[in-house]
Amino acid sequence: MVEFRIFRFDPEKNKEPEFKPYQFEPFKGMTILEGLYHILENMDSSLAFRSSCREAVCGSCAMHINGVYRLACKTQIQILKSPITIRPLSHLPIIKDLVVDLNPFFDRFREIKPYLIPKENPPEKEYLQSVEDREKIDDWLDCILCGACYGSCPVCAQDPKYLGPHALLKALRFVDDSRDGATRERVAFVTQNSGIFRCHTIFNCREVCPKDLDPTKAIAKLKWKSVFKKF
Amino acid sequence: MLFHEVLVIGGGLAGLRAAIEIAKMGQEVAIISKIHPMRSHSGEAQGGINASLANVEKSKDDSKEKHWYDTVKGSDFLADQDASEILTASAPEAIFEMEHWGCPFSRTPEGKIAQRPFGGAGFPRTCYATDKTGLYLLQTVWEQNIKHNVKVYEEWVVLGLATEDGKCCGVILMDLRSGELVAMGANAVIFATGGIGRIYANTTNAITNTGFAISIPYWVGVPLKDMEFIQFHPTSLARTHILMTEGCRGEGGYLRNKDGERFMSKYVSEKVMELGPRDIVARSIQTEINEGRGFPDGTVHLDLTHLGAKKIMERLPGIRDICMNFIGIDPIYEPIPITPGTHYIMGGIDTDKNGQTPMEGFFAAGECACVSTHGANRLGGNSLLETVVFGWRAGEKAAESVKGKDKKAKTKALEDALKREQDNIQNFKKLSGKENPYKIKDELAEMMVKSFGLFRKEEDMKTGLDEIMKLKERFKNIRGAFGGKVFNLDLLSFYEIKANLDVAEVLAISAIARKETRGSHYRTDFNKRDDQNWLKHTIATYSPEGPQLSYKPVTITKFQPEERKY
Repeated sequence: MVEFRIFRFDPEKNKEPEFKPYQFEPFKGMTILEGLYHILENMDSSLAFRSSCREAVCGSCAMHINGVYRLACKTQIQILKSPITIRPLSHLPIIKDLVVDLNPFFDRFREIKPYLIPKENPPEKEYLQSVEDREKIDDWLDCILCGACYGSCPVCAQDPKYLGPHALLKALRFVDDSRDGATRERVAFVTQNSGIFRCHTIFNCREVCPKDLDPTKAIAKLKWKSVFKKF
Repeated sequence: MLFHEVLVIGGGLAGLRAAIEIAKMGQEVAIISKIHPMRSHSGEAQGGINASLANVEKSKDDSKEKHWYDTVKGSDFLADQDASEILTASAPEAIFEMEHWGCPFSRTPEGKIAQRPFGGAGFPRTCYATDKTGLYLLQTVWEQNIKHNVKVYEEWVVLGLATEDGKCCGVILMDLRSGELVAMGANAVIFATGGIGRIYANTTNAITNTGFAISIPYWVGVPLKDMEFIQFHPTSLARTHILMTEGCRGEGGYLRNKDGERFMSKYVSEKVMELGPRDIVARSIQTEINEGRGFPDGTVHLDLTHLGAKKIMERLPGIRDICMNFIGIDPIYEPIPITPGTHYIMGGIDTDKNGQTPMEGFFAAGECACVSTHGANRLGGNSLLETVVFGWRAGEKAAESVKGKDKKAKTKALEDALKREQDNIQNFKKLSGKENPYKIKDELAEMMVKSFGLFRKEEDMKTGLDEIMKLKERFKNIRGAFGGKVFNLDLLSFYEIKANLDVAEVLAISAIARKETRGSHYRTDFNKRDDQNWLKHTIATYSPEGPQLSYKPVTITKFQPEERKY
C-alpha cells in the first residue's frame, strides 16, 4: 500500500489549499503519473494534473514530489518513501491542484528570441555544419520546458523578471550554433539586469533537470562570453 | 464573437507548419491546442525524416523517384501515387527548410545532414538528429511560430464543428482553464490533431492521442478513409510500450528470440533482415512470440550490445535513457525486451492532396488525415515528412481559400452549434448510472488489441464489434461527470471515451468488410492481396444507424501493382 498526499486547490471551492491523502496498492514499476491516473479514474475524478507523453519527453508533468522537482512519468513509486507528498511547481500561479499557469515561464523564454537568426542567407541545400560545430550545441538541445529548473530556482522565486535557467540555456543554444549570426545581440540581451548576473550559481537547476542538462554551466558560459567578449 | 480567418486545430508539427505558411501568406491565423505545442506527440518521434538527399556514400544513387517507389511499394500499392509523388518530391525542400530554420540535424563528416538506413527503403535516406528528430523538429517549427507571432490558444479543446449550408464556419471550444464554452468563427479550419493510438491498450502514443478529434468531423458528415489500416511498430518497450526507434535497427541492432536466433532470416531475405517494412517485421516478431520462441514475459529482444558504447551514446542516447529510466536496463550491456505496439493510423479524415476534405472550408493534415500517401503501410521516416509537407500544403490552400472573404463570424450557425455542445455537457453532468467510464475505455483498448491487432479474422473481429456495441450500451449507463468548471479532466475524458467507441466501430466495420490481406491489415482467413476486388479506399460516413461504407479508386500514375517482396 502506498499513500499519496496531494496538494488540492479548486479556485471555485477553496479559499486555502489542502493536502488530501489517497491510499492504493501500486503494481511493480508503477510511476507517480500512473498513480495519479489511478486516483483520477478510480478514486477522485476531480483531480487535475497535466500529462501527455508518459516517457519524459513532452515536459507536461513536472511537479514537486517528496521534496524534489521531478517528472511524474519518470519517477517510480517504489523508489520513494510513503506517504509521497505531491505539490505543483513553485513560483507560478496555481490554476487547479497540480496545474500551474506557465505563462510567466514561457514569457521569459520568448524574450530571448528563441529561434535561429541566420548568419547568412540560406544556401540552396543545407547550411554546412561540421561534426565538431554540431557537437558544441549538443548539451543545450534537450530542454523539454518542463519548468522543474524554474520551480527550484530561488532567484525565479524572488525576481519575476529574471530570465530563468530555461531561457538562458536556450540563449546559449543559439549563441553556440555556428549557423546563428546574432551572438553579439544575444549576449548583450542576457547581460541586462534580469539576465545572467542574477544567477547566484546555486546549481538547483542542474540538480533537478530531468533531462540531465546543466543550465548553471550554460549561464556560466554566457557570463564568460559577456565578460571577455569572446564570441 | 471570436473570429480568425484560419483556425488550425492542433499544435504538433503539421499544425505548426500550416500556421507558418498561413502567416507568411499574410492571412490571419490562430492555433487551438488541447496542450501546449511543445507537449505534442510529434516530439516523441525519434528515428528521422526521409528525403533522397544522397548525402552519404551508400545513398549516392538515391533519387526522388526511388523514394516514391519505395513509399508506394511499402503501402502495398494502396497509396494514391500522385499524393506519394508530392510527398517524396517535396521532401528535400521541406527538410532544407527545417535545417535553415535551425533544426540541429546530425552531420556527415562533410557537414551535410546525416542519413541512416530505415526499413523498406532502398538507401540510407532517413535524415536524423540523434534519436530525437521529432523533438528537435517540433522545437524548430514552434520557434518559427514564435518568430511569426502566431496566436496560440493553449489548453482549449475543440468539442464540435459549426457548419452552415454544408460549409465549415468555425468550432466550439472548451477553455480548460475556465471551463467556459466558446464559439469561434473562421473562414477555414484545418485539423492537425494527430493519431488515435489510445484506442488500443498497447500503444506507443501519448495519453492525449485519443479518437476524439477525428470523431468531430465524422459526426457532422466528413468521411473517414481507410480506417482499418493501423500500423503496429515492431519494437515497443516491454509493458510501457514506449517506442524504441527503427533507428535501433537502422544502426545495426538485431532482433533475437529466446534461443538467441536472429529470426528475421526466416521471414525476409538475408539482405533485408531487421530492416523489412514495419508490417512484416511486426508480424514476424508476433509469430515468434505466438509460436513459443519469445521470452517468458512475452517479448523478444532488440539487441544493441554489439554496437558498442560509443555508437549507442552518439546515435541512440534517447533510447538508452528511456531503457535505463523505465525498465532499469542499459542497452550497452543488455538487450532490450520488446513487443510490437500500436503506433500509427494510415487512415483518417478523407482529404485530397491539398488537405481539402469533402466539406468546404474544412482541411486536415498530418496523422489525422488520410491523403493517402501511406496506403496500407507507412514506411518509417515518412510520417514526420508527411506532417511538414502536407501541413505546408494545407496551410497554403486554406490561406488561398479565405482570400477576399468577409472577416465575419457566421453568428447564427455558431450559436446553434454552441447550444448543442452546452446540451451535450448538461447531459454528461446529468448521467447517474453506475458504470465507471474509464473501465469502458480500458476494456475497449484491450479488446482492440485482441480483435483488431496484427492478425485478424472474421470471427474475432465480429466478436470484437459485438463487444464495441455492448460497451456503447454500457456507456449510456455511466456515472455523471463530477468536478467543477476549472480544468475538468473527467469531463474531457467522457467526450474522449464516447468518441473512442465510435471510432473503434468505424475501424471494426471497415476491417471486417475488407476481405483480403494488404499491408498492415493481415487476415488469416483471407491471407492474399486481392487487387481484383480490393484495390480501393474504404470510405466510412456517419449515419445514426452506424457507419455507412463506400469505396473510392486508388490513383495509379506510374507503378503497376506487383507482388511485394523484400
